[in-house]
Amino acid sequence: MPVMNIKNFSFTYAGVDKPSIRNINLPILKNKITALIGPSGCGKSTLLRSLNRIHDLYPGNKYEGVIELLDFETNKYENILEIKKENEFIKLRQKVGMIFQKPTPFPMSIFDNVAYGLKIAGIKNKTEVENRVEEALKGAALWNEVSDRLNKPAGGLSGGQQQRLCIARAVAVKPEVLLFDEPTSALDPISTGAIEELIVELRKDVSIAIVTHNMQQASRISDFTAFMYMGDLIEYDKTEVIFLNPKEKQTEDYITGRFG
Amino acid sequence: MEKIFQKLSLLSASLVFIILIGIFTTLFISAKPAIDEFGFGFITDARWNTEVPLNQSNEKEKQTDTLKEDTTQNSVSDSDDDLLAEDEDLMGDDEDLDDEVATKTVYGGLVPIVGTILSTVIAMVFAVPIAMGIAIFLAEMAPKKISIPVGIAIELLAAIPSIIFGMWGLFYFAPIISETFGGYQVSLLTAGLVLGIMILPFMAAITRDSMKTTPDILKESAYALGATKFEVIKDVIFPYSKVGIIGSIILSLGRALGETMAVAFLIGAVYNLPEKITDPTISIPVAMAVNFGEAAGLGESALFYLGLILFVLSFGIISFAKFYFLKRNKG
Repeated sequence: MPVMNIKNFSFTYAGVDKPSIRNINLPILKNKITALIGPSGCGKSTLLRSLNRIHDLYPGNKYEGVIELLDFETNKYENILEIKKENEFIKLRQKVGMIFQKPTPFPMSIFDNVAYGLKIAGIKNKTEVENRVEEALKGAALWNEVSDRLNKPAGGLSGGQQQRLCIARAVAVKPEVLLFDEPTSALDPISTGAIEELIVELRKDVSIAIVTHNMQQASRISDFTAFMYMGDLIEYDKTEVIFLNPKEKQTEDYITGRFG
Repeated sequence: MEKIFQKLSLLSASLVFIILIGIFTTLFISAKPAIDEFGFGFITDARWNTEVPLNQSNEKEKQTDTLKEDTTQNSVSDSDDDLLAEDEDLMGDDEDLDDEVATKTVYGGLVPIVGTILSTVIAMVFAVPIAMGIAIFLAEMAPKKISIPVGIAIELLAAIPSIIFGMWGLFYFAPIISETFGGYQVSLLTAGLVLGIMILPFMAAITRDSMKTTPDILKESAYALGATKFEVIKDVIFPYSKVGIIGSIILSLGRALGETMAVAFLIGAVYNLPEKITDPTISIPVAMAVNFGEAAGLGESALFYLGLILFVLSFGIISFAKFYFLKRNKG
């Protein structure tokens, strides 16, 4: 069951004539990991950043088509491209969280970082906040490392820990979908391994879309893979199919390392 | 080559310290006579260039002397008093104590010190919130079409010489202030507000620049959690650029403390402890600028003493702010 449905979607950046991604049709399935792969500039990050409309922080961009998001309460789909009001954006982004290329701890303590999403969502009950922070940190496999220094600034953590903190921060608000934009590109192999394990672990609670440059990563963790090239979605299928038996020549060339 | 370069840069770095210590030393030496004469009581003494009989003890004089006498004496004719003071200093030093007309001239720094601090406080209270507003607007809200020309205008405003602010303040701004708030045209309030306007562009420009150093990705990750623009500014941008913002405030504070020309036009330059903020008074730099020409002997030394106090005051405030906030930022 798709939690998000991208239909005939095109996106044009401000001040550019041609759309950067064209006519994309792609589902994001519930409690599955969908990987977006493709060479640099193929539009995979652009697509991912459309899913929580973070593009809208910069004026002048143009969306076409439909992106549907399943509302868990009413079990109906809403078109997120119709959102205009700030409070609707806030709701969308609480449902669709995002993790970035680099760890982005806020300039505050570890606890406050994880509690931040809860705080701005208006949760004031102290015990509830504490419980959810602990839960989120445990979920991000960080609790054992930081439980004795929750009040220390988050900037003091290692890169890998910071990225797990950001995941904990995103998880704490209980999103439906988590978007990972090359989450391990700034990390060493050991931290990368920890994040990958974590992402697989998170699948049981949230649906995940991940952009990655690293094809091994996509094959290791994802259930479905979409291959994009020059703004087009070339092929989308189960990960095994994409990596072992792709239908398109371009996909095969990319997978086997002939270009990209 | 490497060594020469190292030595040269070391020399330039140590030059700053040498100059700093040199200025302090010369100030101290010139102020020495006044320091010996008045001690720390100088700071709390509201009388400037006042003649008092010699046989009274200092403590009593302070209480008996009223402020009114003080101001009338001074505002009547500053220059004459100073000339007299010079004579009397010499005479007073040479003559016997039991001479009938034996008087001495007392200098106290309270009025200029209070005037300096109050005018700076008014300037900061006025400028900080507005500068923050300008910086937030330019860095986060305004579209490029607006933020670029406004940014340039603000930088140009920062380049206007202070005397122009002084003249504009005196002829245009002061009447408006006195109409709105009552009181004198030249006053603590007028000086403080114009001072605030003067430091405003500088503070806004530096604050905007340091707010712009916040990485986009950090702002995006706050928005991605569902933060509003206000929350992003308050919780991410401000804490992230805190050091730069505080730096801009400290630099502006330093400028406000030492500003002479604009304040000289607007503060009234009378030795009068202000009761209301619409009263005229004097600040340390103005006292020095106005009186140095005629000062000699103890009067001159007292001005140096004032200079030393200003030096210590600004040095103290700036180093306190710097260490306090930098420490907090690390912690």
